[in-house]
Amino acid sequence: MSLGEGLPDIAPALLRTPEAGETGDSGSIRRLFLGVFVQNRLAVAGLMIIILMVLFSFVGPHLYVSDQLHTNLSQVTLPPSSAHPLGTDDVGFDVLGRLMLGGQTSLEVGLAAALLASVMGTAWGAIAGYVGGAVDALMMRVVDSFLAIPPLLLILLLASIFTPSVPVLILVIALISWLATARLVRGDALSLRVRDYVYAAKAVGARNGRIISRHIVPNVIGTVMVQATFSVADSILLLAALSYLGLGPPPPAANWGGMLSNGLNYSFDGDWWLIYPAGIAIVLTVVAFNFIGDALRDAFEVRLQER
Amino acid sequence: MTTFIIRRMAQALIVIVGVTIIVFVIIHLLPGGPARDILGSRASPQQIRAFIVANGYNKPLYVQYGHYVVNLLRGNLGYSYHYNQTVGSLLVQYLPKSALLVGLAYLVALIVAIPLGLLQALRRNHPIDYALTGVSFIGYSMPVFWLGIVLIQVFAITLRWLPPEGPQGSTIGAILSRPSALILPVATLAIITVAMFSRFMRSSAIENLVQDYIRTARAKGVPERRIVFRHLLRNALNPIITLVGLSLPATLSGAVVTESVFNYPGMGLLFWTAAITHDFPILLGFTVVIAAATVVGSLLADVLYAVADPRIRYK
Repeated sequence: MSLGEGLPDIAPALLRTPEAGETGDSGSIRRLFLGVFVQNRLAVAGLMIIILMVLFSFVGPHLYVSDQLHTNLSQVTLPPSSAHPLGTDDVGFDVLGRLMLGGQTSLEVGLAAALLASVMGTAWGAIAGYVGGAVDALMMRVVDSFLAIPPLLLILLLASIFTPSVPVLILVIALISWLATARLVRGDALSLRVRDYVYAAKAVGARNGRIISRHIVPNVIGTVMVQATFSVADSILLLAALSYLGLGPPPPAANWGGMLSNGLNYSFDGDWWLIYPAGIAIVLTVVAFNFIGDALRDAFEVRLQER
Repeated sequence: MTTFIIRRMAQALIVIVGVTIIVFVIIHLLPGGPARDILGSRASPQQIRAFIVANGYNKPLYVQYGHYVVNLLRGNLGYSYHYNQTVGSLLVQYLPKSALLVGLAYLVALIVAIPLGLLQALRRNHPIDYALTGVSFIGYSMPVFWLGIVLIQVFAITLRWLPPEGPQGSTIGAILSRPSALILPVATLAIITVAMFSRFMRSSAIENLVQDYIRTARAKGVPERRIVFRHLLRNALNPIITLVGLSLPATLSGAVVTESVFNYPGMGLLFWTAAITHDFPILLGFTVVIAAATVVGSLLADVLYAVADPRIRYK
């Protein structure tokens, strides 16, 4: 007797439930993800802002060319004019062009750190949650140890050892962000490993590695995506704080946080164009990522919707 | 209940040991230790060698770690190269001041955020919810140092209501003798924390509002006010307790930047100076103490949570 005979109408519905699926990506996650943007206007606004920022930072310099390598001390802190739409900064760089360059660094660091953190955190959490027992306890104590150290203190420690170039900063910020992902993935993995399809895969003889990569990981992608979105936002703010404390990428590299903290030296002179463009860029981008992250999180927690 | 506490305490101990290992390893990644930074760029190789031998930096890592742990258990946190004091005495000087700043900020944040989050949850999707969500999003997304400097610009420079610098002084008494100078630093830290806490409170309250026990209470005809204060608040506050404990590291990080902006003579500023000047004993000692405090704090929060919510104990 084949399966199809005994289960008439409910068969298709059964096959769509997580219990019967081999991987989670039966289209439901993707559909949920896109559905968020159809329903939630704030998320759409966030996405628009991010696309705008990416275009501004990466395509902008090709449309608006300015010299970001050579300082020009005869043109310092000029207010906005037709030659320099956002004025010049304290060493003569054009602010608009510098904003674009800064955007590249800030966005690169934010996205790369979040990606690295997601990969590290997912691997760590999935293995810990799936294997369980003493291995899980040990791996989670490592995470707890890192979490007990205030992030900025940890970064200050690391930054005092290594010179802050962009790759080092990405690594350092990722080292902070992977912890939350690891914890969340481990929690999900704990509940996923007792699902029927995992037992079925074990019965068929699948190795642990295959189970983790084909069954556990695809089903935690939702949680990871939510956390990754928030990670990008936090990374951009962390980079800004580091730049303020003097541990950001050194000039002529620019980033929004560095521009803001530098410009704040001139706030009492009334040179608003040194402060607000960079500051607003940071706030807009971070808010945009937070909107998207919130919307994704609401979508993945069905309970909280319209009751 | 006792097994629960004992298990948590054992875990806390392991975590603290883990922290000491992590910080120790990070610090010793710098080749040659702090010798070159402490002695200056004109030190001769012999002087550097003498420093390294005298301070034990030439011994294997695990031996150094062993010495450190033994000292730690005796209460000796090390000796700062730059300040010429024991780390312990520096801690006694600077910790209370930071604790005051962070403690006040936390208190203000809780007093503001809990009612705010509750209001947002009760008036969900109304204009007031959107407005408050918008404000807290912006507060959450703003770099701390920008907020601090904007506050200085508005309240100290333009309006001249408050002094622009944090209170100076080496004792708590000196700090408290000028309360008006405390307002802006506490406000800066508190605003960021309120944004974080009100979001937690809002989602915690919303999660509870859709529970069956609220529906039952409403079906019974219990007045809304009683539902909110008798039932909702107690249950919604439970996760907040743990979250408040867990967010302590993040708040301490924010405190570093706030202290830098307002020149507040606290631990954060000292830590930053120590990081720049490679004063390893301070870095090591402070991190271990803060981490231990965090672990103990979250342990207490967990125990309190278990006391308040018996379902947790039987996990």
